[in-house]
Amino acid sequence: MDIHEYQAKELLAGFGVAIPRGGVAYSPEQAVYRASEIGGARWAVKAQIHSGARGKAGGIKLCTNEDEVRQAAKTLLGKRLVTHQTGPEGRTVHRLYIEAAVPIEREIYLGFVLDRKSERVMIVASAQGGMEIEEISERSPDAIIRSVVEPAVGLTAFQAREIAFALGFDAAQVTRAVTALLGCYRAFRDLDATMVEINPLVATADGQLLALDCKMTFDDNALFRRPNVSELRDYAEEDPRESQAAEYGINYVALDGEIGCIVNGAGLAMGTMDLIKHAGSSPANFLDVGGGASPEKVCNAFRLVLADAKVKAILVNIFAGINRCDWVAQGVVNAVKELKPAVPLVVRLAGTNVEEGRRILKESGLDLATADTLTEAAEKVVAALKATGGTAALGGQGEVGGGNGKP
Amino acid sequence: MSILVDERTRLVIQGFTGDKGTFHGKEMIAYGTNLVGGVTPGKGGKRHLERPVFNTVKEAVREVGAEATIIFVPAAFCADSIMEAADAGVRLICAITDGIPAQDMMMVKRYLRRYPREKRSTVIGPNCAGIISPGKALVGIMPGHIYQRGTVGLVTRSGTLGYEAASQMKALGVGISTSVGIGGDPINGSSFVDMLQRFEEDPETEAVMMIGEIGGPQEAEAALFAKENMRKPVIGYVAGLTAPKGRRMGHAGAIIRAFGESAAEKVEIMKEAGLTVVPSPADLGATAARVLGGLSKRVAVGR
Repeated sequence: MDIHEYQAKELLAGFGVAIPRGGVAYSPEQAVYRASEIGGARWAVKAQIHSGARGKAGGIKLCTNEDEVRQAAKTLLGKRLVTHQTGPEGRTVHRLYIEAAVPIEREIYLGFVLDRKSERVMIVASAQGGMEIEEISERSPDAIIRSVVEPAVGLTAFQAREIAFALGFDAAQVTRAVTALLGCYRAFRDLDATMVEINPLVATADGQLLALDCKMTFDDNALFRRPNVSELRDYAEEDPRESQAAEYGINYVALDGEIGCIVNGAGLAMGTMDLIKHAGSSPANFLDVGGGASPEKVCNAFRLVLADAKVKAILVNIFAGINRCDWVAQGVVNAVKELKPAVPLVVRLAGTNVEEGRRILKESGLDLATADTLTEAAEKVVAALKATGGTAALGGQGEVGGGNGKP
Repeated sequence: MSILVDERTRLVIQGFTGDKGTFHGKEMIAYGTNLVGGVTPGKGGKRHLERPVFNTVKEAVREVGAEATIIFVPAAFCADSIMEAADAGVRLICAITDGIPAQDMMMVKRYLRRYPREKRSTVIGPNCAGIISPGKALVGIMPGHIYQRGTVGLVTRSGTLGYEAASQMKALGVGISTSVGIGGDPINGSSFVDMLQRFEEDPETEAVMMIGEIGGPQEAEAALFAKENMRKPVIGYVAGLTAPKGRRMGHAGAIIRAFGESAAEKVEIMKEAGLTVVPSPADLGATAARVLGGLSKRVAVGR
């Protein structure tokens, strides 16, 4: 789960990380009031969306008087910002953060992340902070400081000092940097984060070290024990279909293709998507109904898939282990009767109670194709798509990456 | 032989009396697994599925000689259960539970290092389908009937893709020595490399199929391991060639990301390491048959 910059700053400040004065605003009037509360003569009005690179997208405005603050807030609220992290659809700004603008001497990059290779928390830092950090790490990987934290002990002071000295801080700044590093680590550990990032961490002319932008991402599996984190969830930032899917207990990711997929297991769901592409079409979604798929859950999966206007055919692919084919079949029958999909449907069932499942489908008398094997399922669904006049062109979303193996 | 479990393995269930423990306990008994009891704190002294229930894993080790455990306890308590089993000296710990916090697994892996290597438990999972040595023992949640006994070692992240592979193989008369689900979580107990090593040493296994996914460094590490340390042929498949790029905030993930984490890169690394790469999930069984056929020069099953 992601949170907003201002929320991350509040959390980190609670762990001793120094931040500039600031406050959240939902209207231009509130923005002006925040600015007067903060004092000073320069403020940054920052759009709060779950994305980095907001500055480049015009989401951060520097102001020197109340009118400018009001104007900036008016412009930003309700605006749709598109960054390389939001995707082409962008994100609408509903909240602003008004912050005292500080005189910057140096910009540092500081990140904490769960490293799958060492299976520990890794700190990554660079003396060259700012927006081009990914390019720097690719161009000159040696410019990036990396340090792995021993989980039984936590981040040690000496380790934090080593990082601070390597970043080129002077003696007074090192003490402050160590406080920031230890604070971030404790926040990471105590709040079950998977990522904490300060970019940039700035050294000001008067010797302070301030976190100018912060991002935090949290482990969804640990939210049950972090109520103060889970209450920061902003549903406006999430794809409505994915939120709906989460409510159904279904893992769903919308894609660009034409064949809607309903599958059990993340691996088989990805495999099914690959298979569809292999057969000459492209998947409209990733959908994992998970274990214990009741007829209702299967019916809800159909609701999600059919809500996508691009879907021209549906492939149900279930290999039941912990699931039951008879329940899935009953769900398919219920869905077809209730939702009356106007697109062809191919159902492939295998595993636990498969005979019963196939019998239910057959006796329903509904207009659907069945398949016994993966190959047959893929061929039938692509053929059905072509019969409806679908393009069945080679689609696909290009490169894959990131993720935790369960998108 | 087979790896990890066979018909003699003395297994207990942690979370024995719960719904999942009961359901899968019955399935495992029906398959012929040597289930000798279970652990549910507070229910010690009772009997369940005609087997004794213990309060602690140490009691189960003392009373019925538990040497393997399968864990069904809820995610919030799973790390604790794994550590309890490790401390009781249980040799093999299989955690089926999904949804365990990543930092809990970080702690578990650190905790396991308290023990010298020869006494350290092997953890399989979490968030996995378990282990099956067909015809010998089922220590997992997979449908046993889709697995035929044979000579292919199968190791997968995904449970359902493992089922798919096993049933395709069975349809072609290809059997499995042991199938292991190592789980889909970012931090898991055992890696692909750990399992490849065991399959290489297992006299019953003639070839190995490894089914990976996008994300993480394990498939790339395993491919290099196979190239340098294995004489048995390894077949690889990676799911997620068409998976979308995960949305993420910040840069830290991209900075530490190594080459070999996308599906396409994994396939490339596997090919370079000399693995037989399966192009489509519909060809898992046929590829296994072809590779085995090439080994024995007598099986005529092929494409």
